[in-house]
Amino acid sequence: MNEHRGSDTSQSEARVNEMTRLALIAQGQTFPTDVHEEVEEEEPVLQIKDFNLYYGEKQALFNVNMKIPKGKVTALIGPSGCGKSTLLRSVNRINDLLPTVKIDGDIHLNGESMYDPGVDVIELRKRMGMVFQKPNPFPMTIYENVVYSLRIDGERSKAVLDEVCERSLKGAALWEEAKDRLGESALGLSGGQQQRLCIARAIAAEPEVLLMDEPASALDPIATNKIEDLIAQLKGEYSILIVTHNMQQAARTSEYTAFMYLGRLIEYGPTETIFVRPRLRDTMDYVTGRFG
Amino acid sequence: MSEDRAGRKMKEGLGTKRRKTSGASLFVQGEPMVWLTGGGLAISLIMIVGLLSLVLYQGVVTFWPSAVLMVQIQDGSVLMGEVSRIEESDEDGSDGKGKEELLIRTGNYELTNEHFNWVDRSRVEKEDRPEWAMVVERIEWGRFYGFPRAFLLDSDVVAGTPQNVFELFNQYHEEVRDRRDRRRELETGEVGKVNNRLEKARLSLKKSEIKYGKGSDEWAGTKEAYDKAETKAAADFEIIRQKIDALNNANARYQMVMTTADGREKTLDLADIVRLYPANRINAMEKAWIYLSRWAEFLLDEPREANSEGGVYPAIFGTVVMTLLMSIAVVPFGVMAALYLREYARAGTIISIVRISINNLAGVPSIVFGVFGLGFFCYMVGAGIDELLFASRLPNPTFGKGGVLWSALTLALLTLPVVIVATEESLAAVPNSMREGSYACGASKWQTIKRIVLPRAMPGIMTGMILAMARGAGEVAPLMLVGAVKLAPELPVDGVFPYIHPERSFMHLGFHIYDLGFQSQNSEAAKPMVFTTTLLLIAIVFLLNILAVRLRTRLRKRFESAAF
Repeated sequence: MNEHRGSDTSQSEARVNEMTRLALIAQGQTFPTDVHEEVEEEEPVLQIKDFNLYYGEKQALFNVNMKIPKGKVTALIGPSGCGKSTLLRSVNRINDLLPTVKIDGDIHLNGESMYDPGVDVIELRKRMGMVFQKPNPFPMTIYENVVYSLRIDGERSKAVLDEVCERSLKGAALWEEAKDRLGESALGLSGGQQQRLCIARAIAAEPEVLLMDEPASALDPIATNKIEDLIAQLKGEYSILIVTHNMQQAARTSEYTAFMYLGRLIEYGPTETIFVRPRLRDTMDYVTGRFG
Repeated sequence: MSEDRAGRKMKEGLGTKRRKTSGASLFVQGEPMVWLTGGGLAISLIMIVGLLSLVLYQGVVTFWPSAVLMVQIQDGSVLMGEVSRIEESDEDGSDGKGKEELLIRTGNYELTNEHFNWVDRSRVEKEDRPEWAMVVERIEWGRFYGFPRAFLLDSDVVAGTPQNVFELFNQYHEEVRDRRDRRRELETGEVGKVNNRLEKARLSLKKSEIKYGKGSDEWAGTKEAYDKAETKAAADFEIIRQKIDALNNANARYQMVMTTADGREKTLDLADIVRLYPANRINAMEKAWIYLSRWAEFLLDEPREANSEGGVYPAIFGTVVMTLLMSIAVVPFGVMAALYLREYARAGTIISIVRISINNLAGVPSIVFGVFGLGFFCYMVGAGIDELLFASRLPNPTFGKGGVLWSALTLALLTLPVVIVATEESLAAVPNSMREGSYACGASKWQTIKRIVLPRAMPGIMTGMILAMARGAGEVAPLMLVGAVKLAPELPVDGVFPYIHPERSFMHLGFHIYDLGFQSQNSEAAKPMVFTTTLLLIAIVFLLNILAVRLRTRLRKRFESAAF
């Protein structure tokens, strides 16, 4: 191996041509994102513009530009550590809580800047709902969990709270199982129920965007199915951005799919196209499981 | 290929070798470590259980009435009393065998000037348990041992046989005791009330003297009121004195004549007798009754005889009030400090230094906290309060001396590190996912802390409080400087306005133990009380802890998570 290195330039150039785009990115080259026209035609709810993010010295997101369509389900896929979750967490600025995070660029929510210095982060987060990888119900009753976001806004009216609780639990397909035990601790629910409770909590305040960070990865297959059915139901009502490791899940649930690698957005288009005939060979390799 | 095979061989070789060593080495299997750690646990358990059972045994048996022994010694003297200890020594006695000595509580202090006597058993000619030997517990002078001779009613002998005397005693003692209690109530309660009124008038006079100057019209007005109050108080005192005299005269009618073992006679007022029983005649049931009545007296009465007799109620009360005040002071402060350290402060060198300092604070000798409390709370803060609010009482300090409030605050400082460390740990144990979930719902930092973090950390905070309470209730050294006293005439909480008196000094069980064990004149008599008081203190700490633990369990139940 050592003898060959660097001695024969023409041979190494040929190898570069053979190398995939992902390998070149790993070597530090930059490429523009391959965005399909269908995405451009949609009305965006979120617009991520030239977004860079650093954890201390380490850059985690590189110049991401992305429009998330309104009322659609958009999936973020990519190998571990590619920045999917980081991007998702940047959308409701929950990354701000980490002291070392620095960002550059902007995200617009329905046309308004989110990273403008004058923006009230807490008000901003109220416009979004988030579901985490592991179910994280609060140590209180099921009822209080669901109406949490209304409680912190000071809502006292029992009628309003009851109505929101029922609507949200129905929306999260948990009403039938939970209606008789609203006063019990949420921690007594099973894992799948807990995750649906978290979804109910996230949609209680009627968010403009629903963010889901691998919502089914800690659940068994049956609970996963229920969550996927639920996402299908929520489709159209909410704009959903979902991170997933599971190709089938992305293919089943989403209308648009974005493929990320090493902090870059590689290809972004309608889910069918991305999974059946993507423009880039790298995307094909990844979605078919030959890479990653 | 050949290299490959060699490598595989080597791996196999290593594998078998490793398996062999692990089978052979006792240390790898961990057997010695099991013994070592188990032994450590066993030794600590033995020490704790030993200490507790000593305290428990000594504390429990103290009040059990023992028999009265009469011994005749070779030199002709006769001693009678309860055997409190038997000591054997290898030193040669008169008969060449080991020496056995009895410590007899002989009482009758006003006659013999001694409470206890050592008796060499080899010199004893005759030991006897006389049927009518009486144990008399008195309000003053300690115990009396003797035989009932006569019962006097208005100085006339109305009974001559021991049986009749004892019966008459039982007949009259209750009403005499009631009158004595009423007299005591008059002396402390009623006189205190009158004194209080007079003191108030005196203070308002002093106030107007400070405000308007002596000789002004306003001053003259208050002076007149004061004079009136003084006359009224004198009249009130006279009424109370008459009542007391009447009670005393009624009680003075009843007397008993007792003879001691060596034949001396002594007349006892019935009113001076707390309890009297023929120790060698009574059966187990009666003994149990006396045992229980002694416990009741111990728990509910005030101490007498320089604390070596009577009860410890004021000390129990003081300890509980002080500990509760301390908890009220320390928990909010500790929790606030820990919240800032864990939730708000950005991790860095300064925070690390603060944290190390807090931990080191737990190692500062408690007496140092006492000195600080005396200097800061009593002499600075207390004196300041006195000047501002109680100027008319100066030069007598109100807050500018040791008191239950300053003791509680001093101990709060002492136990602050415990609460901070425990709270910080429980805050750190709240999963970050919960905080993030709350923020994602649009909650602010304080809302997240209030609604998610604090409730979830509450059991851990309770643990800190339990540790602080246990530490604080058992602490003595700093209290000696900032408010615990040998004998407090008044409780820190009573029926006199404003009902809670945080400036008053108080009695404390821990200090009471020290006082009994090391400051008492009659240390042999006080020794059993040391054990009972210790037992009581441990029981109180245990009770307070049980309460807190139950509260914690109830809180914890809310956070029990179903496994999935």
